[in-house]
Amino acid sequence: MSDKPKVAVHKFASCDGCQLAFLNAGEALLSLAQQVELVHFAEAGPMNPEARVDIAFVEGSICTAHDEERIQAIRRNSQYLITIGACATAGGLQALRNLADGQQWLAEVYASPEYIDSLATSTPISHHVKVDHELWGCPVNGRQVMGAIRSLLHGAVPVVEQDKVCLECKRQLNVCVMVTKGEPCMGPVTRTGCGAICPSLGRDCYACYGPAENSNTEALGEAFRQLDVLPATIGRRFHFINSGVEPFTAAGQRWKRDE
Amino acid sequence: MGEKDAYLLRERLPLLLEAVQAEGYECIGPQWQNEAIVYDILNQVEQLPHGVQVNQYPGEYCGEIHEGNVRCFAWANGPQALKPFLFAPRETLWRVHRDNDGRLQFESATPEAPKRAIFGVRACDLAALALQDRHFLESDFPDPAYAARRENLLLIAVNCSHPASTCFCASTGDGPVAQAGYDLVLDELDDGFMIQAGTEEGQAIMARLNLIPVTDGHREAIEIQQEKAHEQLRQVPGKQLRDALFANLDHERWDDVAGRCLSCGNCTSVCPTCFCHSEEELAPLDGGSSEHIRQWDSCFTAGHSYIHGLTIRQQTRERYRQWLTHKFGSWHDQYGRSGCVGCGRCIAWCPVGIDVTEELQAICGSDDA
Repeated sequence: MSDKPKVAVHKFASCDGCQLAFLNAGEALLSLAQQVELVHFAEAGPMNPEARVDIAFVEGSICTAHDEERIQAIRRNSQYLITIGACATAGGLQALRNLADGQQWLAEVYASPEYIDSLATSTPISHHVKVDHELWGCPVNGRQVMGAIRSLLHGAVPVVEQDKVCLECKRQLNVCVMVTKGEPCMGPVTRTGCGAICPSLGRDCYACYGPAENSNTEALGEAFRQLDVLPATIGRRFHFINSGVEPFTAAGQRWKRDE
Repeated sequence: MGEKDAYLLRERLPLLLEAVQAEGYECIGPQWQNEAIVYDILNQVEQLPHGVQVNQYPGEYCGEIHEGNVRCFAWANGPQALKPFLFAPRETLWRVHRDNDGRLQFESATPEAPKRAIFGVRACDLAALALQDRHFLESDFPDPAYAARRENLLLIAVNCSHPASTCFCASTGDGPVAQAGYDLVLDELDDGFMIQAGTEEGQAIMARLNLIPVTDGHREAIEIQQEKAHEQLRQVPGKQLRDALFANLDHERWDDVAGRCLSCGNCTSVCPTCFCHSEEELAPLDGGSSEHIRQWDSCFTAGHSYIHGLTIRQQTRERYRQWLTHKFGSWHDQYGRSGCVGCGRCIAWCPVGIDVTEELQAICGSDDA
């Protein structure tokens, strides 16, 4: 990488929330500005979407024909491409339309749907171009984005966080909400990285960080059923944020079928 | 020691807490928080879980508070044993920074090790502590952080009067009555506690309490209580299962349990003897320094068996087998006994309620090798 590596933050179909992981970083943001040159980051000010960069962060999913062209150009202009958040990494909430009739939804929601020019699907960046590293979460946090930049700045491969939320939850000595309160907690199949925020506040995890490695969605769904959670509700838990990624896609569909 | 017992009337329980506090200890005791018995800082005996009884089943932990029930220790255990107080869930081991000449300078982290007294310790927890001591202290490279905290620990055990349905310490030989490793041990009755010392420090604390002699009635009630506590629903199929486990590495039950297991690591996190950890670097963006951090890990993660480009145990079948064959098998070779003390936490805190005693029975009970 160059002496002062160039960094871009691009946005596709998303809520902008993941970009706040940079903007809310506080002191680390000043340090970041010393270490790298932020050449494109529309939400923060700098605008140069066509610039060649060392690291491109990409938020959002691919939802339009224009998106498809833009992501190809970004890939060509970037040495490392890192997706941030559930939209860019798994298709986001909007990937629910992949499992439904999107045209019908458009007709139901908009008075003049003919003005909307979008693809039938919402897909993650990795379906279109090679992705070097994925940061999961809805939204991602500053620790994740700064950690990835730090690794790349020093020539190391960023650490892949793939363990279950339960491990972090127990390190924080939280009491398990599933075992004590019968809450349908998604922690046992969900990727770590958030710091077990929800169980720390006494509520169940809703899987916003996507599937952990080696996740047994079948056994967890059956356990929820034992807790008297309705099949359709179990299906929605798997499809809530990350419906566009396996094994959540299949698990959600299986329980929605059992409705 | 221990032969000289005495009786502490219930209304005098605050004297015990005050005597320990007067020795400069931060007191930790069981409390009812977030629907479970957890250890937290104990400033007064009113914080103890009065009238709390807990029903534990596979994957289920359900407490009830009985108004008017004066007992504070009428439950088996909570999710935490002593482990977090000694083997910290996450801590910095050392730091490194680049000095003005560009050389790396390493320094050890000073472990946080307050003088700490823990009330309400169970026999199973003491047995687990002895095993953790073997791992962390009795080697050529004793762990300094663990050692510093262990040195400053005062243990006030309470013999278990209400084992849960998930308990099987009687079958592992580790409970329900504390055998060793405590400074003081209590047996709780409605009107008070029989108290015995296990160390000189415990004796010194006892000497400062306003105690009365133990009556024959107390003795008889305690004997019945201890006998009843031995009657437990679950048991391991044997204390030495190493050969049976290693003769059954291809047993079909491993596939069966892998279908149910979430590979979430909750069993290993609540296990009072599990000691596996991972290490990571925490560095600022400028790369001028780094902290080397150790945190609890589990044999149920991919990282646990990752060796230079290859995860050896990819699937749950291999991971569950690793946990069971180590805990109940190769632990005998490493530490001279099984790694299980029968606390039953892995059964209660497994989100899908996998029962280790049932799995052992299925795998070792049908040993035809």
